[in-house]
Amino acid sequence: MQVLFKAEKDVLTVYLSGDIDHHTSKKIREAIDGEMQKMMPSVLKLDFRDVHFMDSSGVGLVMGRYKNAVIYGCSVVVSHISSNAEKIMKMSGLEKIITFEKD
Amino acid sequence: MKKINEMKLTTEAKSVNEGFCRVAVASFASQLDPTVEEISDIKTAVSEAVTNAIVHAYPTRAGKIYITASLTDENMLTVRIRDTGVGIPDINKAREPLFTTGGDDRSGLGFSVMECFSDKLKIRSEEGKGTTVTIYKRIRGRNINES
Repeated sequence: MQVLFKAEKDVLTVYLSGDIDHHTSKKIREAIDGEMQKMMPSVLKLDFRDVHFMDSSGVGLVMGRYKNAVIYGCSVVVSHISSNAEKIMKMSGLEKIITFEKD
Repeated sequence: MKKINEMKLTTEAKSVNEGFCRVAVASFASQLDPTVEEISDIKTAVSEAVTNAIVHAYPTRAGKIYITASLTDENMLTVRIRDTGVGIPDINKAREPLFTTGGDDRSGLGFSVMECFSDKLKIRSEEGKGTTVTIYKRIRGRNINES
């Protein structure tokens, strides 16, 4: 599990990789929240292209970041998500409040 | 249904073991030649059940998780995930999508995901005694899908 950041203008892109589960999501959450506080972006983009596994902890992770971001008007975009992970995300209704980008 | 193989795995209920548990079960199931999607389904369902035990079963003490995976002659994978923790007071409530007692950043989707990614799900729980979740997954496999 590794979290890389790219800041461009007011867009913070987070490149997630490896497995996202209850165990790894704690560190990912702390890393993202720390970076968000520093940068205060207007768009938070979560890139899942290198995520090999995700369970419902990934939904909690995205949902929690959305709750924080929305406070200061930051929108959240999820990109390059696998079909398996998308199925789990959609069970939560997240796609109604978060933009899913295919590429 | 005749049992053709079985494995048992006991681990501490620690979150660091979540990855190991799901990979161990998926690896055991690989002898049925499952598709990539079936492997992913198995990993996801097992991960949810194991995470539930880790997050909820032992709030005040250390405990263990007991996993038994078996294969039957009808290509059925059965995975039983058992803890001896506090139990679930209301299983129907716990099964409701988005219901959680896990606090912030828990989605409340654990049982919904288990149901969605398996063919059948059984939950047995007794307060103070523990919880047993049994996941049934029929492996259709690569050979059948390709022909």
